[in-house]
Amino acid sequence: MSGIPHDHYEPRTGIEKWLHDRMPIVSLIYDTIMIPTPKNLNWWWIWGIVLAFTLVLQIVTGIVLAMHYTPHVDLAFASVEHIMRDVNGGWALRYIHANGASLFFLAVYIHIFRGLYYGSYKAPREITWVIGMVIYLLMMGTAFMGYVLPWGQMSFWGATVITGLFGAFPGFGPGVQEWLLGGPAVDNATLNRFFSLHYLLPFVIVAMVALHIWAFHTTGNNNPTGVEVRRGSKEEVEKDTLPFWPYFVIKDLFALALVMVVFFAVVAYMPNYLGHPDNYIQANPLSTPAHIVPEWYFLPFYAILRAFTADVWAVALVDGITFGVVDAKLFGVIAMFGAIIAMALAPWLDTSKVRSGSYRPKFKLWFWLLVGDFILLTWVGAMPTEFPYDWISLIGATYWFAYFLVILPLLGAIEKPTPMPATIEEDYNSHYGNPAE
Amino acid sequence: MKKLLISAASALMLSAGGAMAVDHNVPDVAFSFEGPFGTYDVDQLRRGFQVYSEVCSACHGMKFVPIRTLADDGGPQLDPAFVREYAAGLDGVLDPETDEERDRKESDMFPERVGDGMGPDLSVMAKARAGFMGPNGLGLNQLFKGMGGPEYLYNYIIGFEENPECAPDGIDGYYYNHTFQVGGVPDSCKDANGVKITHGSWAQMPPPLVEDQVEYEDGTPATIEQMAYDVSAFLMWAAEPKMMARKQMGFVAVLLLGLMTVLLYLTNKRLWAPYKGKRH
Repeated sequence: MSGIPHDHYEPRTGIEKWLHDRMPIVSLIYDTIMIPTPKNLNWWWIWGIVLAFTLVLQIVTGIVLAMHYTPHVDLAFASVEHIMRDVNGGWALRYIHANGASLFFLAVYIHIFRGLYYGSYKAPREITWVIGMVIYLLMMGTAFMGYVLPWGQMSFWGATVITGLFGAFPGFGPGVQEWLLGGPAVDNATLNRFFSLHYLLPFVIVAMVALHIWAFHTTGNNNPTGVEVRRGSKEEVEKDTLPFWPYFVIKDLFALALVMVVFFAVVAYMPNYLGHPDNYIQANPLSTPAHIVPEWYFLPFYAILRAFTADVWAVALVDGITFGVVDAKLFGVIAMFGAIIAMALAPWLDTSKVRSGSYRPKFKLWFWLLVGDFILLTWVGAMPTEFPYDWISLIGATYWFAYFLVILPLLGAIEKPTPMPATIEEDYNSHYGNPAE
Repeated sequence: MKKLLISAASALMLSAGGAMAVDHNVPDVAFSFEGPFGTYDVDQLRRGFQVYSEVCSACHGMKFVPIRTLADDGGPQLDPAFVREYAAGLDGVLDPETDEERDRKESDMFPERVGDGMGPDLSVMAKARAGFMGPNGLGLNQLFKGMGGPEYLYNYIIGFEENPECAPDGIDGYYYNHTFQVGGVPDSCKDANGVKITHGSWAQMPPPLVEDQVEYEDGTPATIEQMAYDVSAFLMWAAEPKMMARKQMGFVAVLLLGLMTVLLYLTNKRLWAPYKGKRH
């Protein structure tokens, strides 16, 4: 499986050989969990395991919740209360599932920014990166539809606003919107299909995760130095790596356990912290909320969506050039999706030969500015669209695009990288000491 | 009327949820059930239930709360025989199977209240209002103070005041409430930008409580504050009946996971030890 030379599974007993000749599944599992892993991986590399675990946690709790939930506009809210009051441990399932979504996004954002800093997206790992972006989009779709299911006020009005985005496209937009909703407005048909898709998409995510893992097992993991594992011989490989099992499994499980302590403390002691009180009021199509705020993990991109109002000169210009086809609303929608597409194109926009940000003095600065920008956008996404928040979101959104479309391409040409270690072994020994000494 | 009330109520909850921009913080009230180890006070829940059933339930239903849960552990823990009797004394229900009206059973929900002059359902009201979002809008004080729902309810119930000076006559059929933020305000109480200059606004619900409106069995003096305090606690229980079980689970989970974290830390340290030398 891996391009890195390492020991492979050898069937020994008769039954092992029998199975191996027919379906080498043991070999596949062995090669997967014994993959040589750069031994200098730091703690930013633990979030992959957290994500894998959270995906399973969400699927397992979700399957049981689906046994007790009723996707009908008159019954959905009541069935959630039924889960909270009458189903054995139902309150735990629901609170774990709801907060699990937040854990999922927290982990994926750290995972993504890890990749952005250490250049994990660069050749030859572009496929891993793009699949990761697809997983992220699927997660957003799944989470959005899941939030609609309790049929509270935010569920209903969030669904109305977000599906309305598709209606912004000229020509086919309104048709697509109606097709998504199953009617002219958010109603029972919408709830039914969202439930169906909310159940389906996680399994698509599972498949994409398998591809994601397959891809980076082919190229090998990136590492904090960005220096590739020497793969001339098995001996060389063994100087730079340790097998995933048990060294990284135990390390990751330790980190996972620590994350779980915090997670269960939130579930048990402040389970509604990340939710909106509004969603404890049953959906009412006749009463529009004063503020419709998405879940926190959508806020950065929600801020970008709202940043480009009609009085921004670029929006006015595009509006004029396209004779009003691309108006402020469509511009915002394109910007929101564009922000994610720009990120997905990072492997081709970043021109630097140096992979890891650790050896790129100028890049570091811009990168941390991007992290700050992301947090700023998350904050401003929850604010009303008035001065000064409109300006803040416009500046934040502009920087997001500038980082990917201007700064990454230019930095490669003007930046002078600092010296980097020749091998992973050298880097590891400088941090953790040479075990031979 | 009803529509107005619904929109007022949902506007209220939404602006509270929209959270950080508007300061909806209400004064904190110490409840027994706050913090990781807080528990419901059974006597208080019983008093609160008395206030709900004798006062609030005239206009507010609790259609998601099964009556039988009044006898459950972690709640008011009323005598099951009493609960049965209490259920039978409420409005009858239309049996969905026989389509005939019958007596309400303890396995049924509390009655629903809809129609002219009726208020919003109170089943999950204590979770549908946020009292405070601090510190600095982060809301992290939830860990120790709860989300402020019961605090909001308490401050709302005791928040009815004389009409402020800017509108001595108020609004006909409405009542000025210091805590209520999203009701109507007469023009005379707005500044040049149309922003209200009063702290509160006008609510449709009349002041619900008068001194000694109920007679507590345990002899607690039934002041307005006491009744508001008790019924707010009761409504928190109605909204979150499994809170005690949740906190118990949390304690066990955090303890066991913490132990596992320590063990895995030690395992990991030992596992990697042969590969680590002296730091330079």
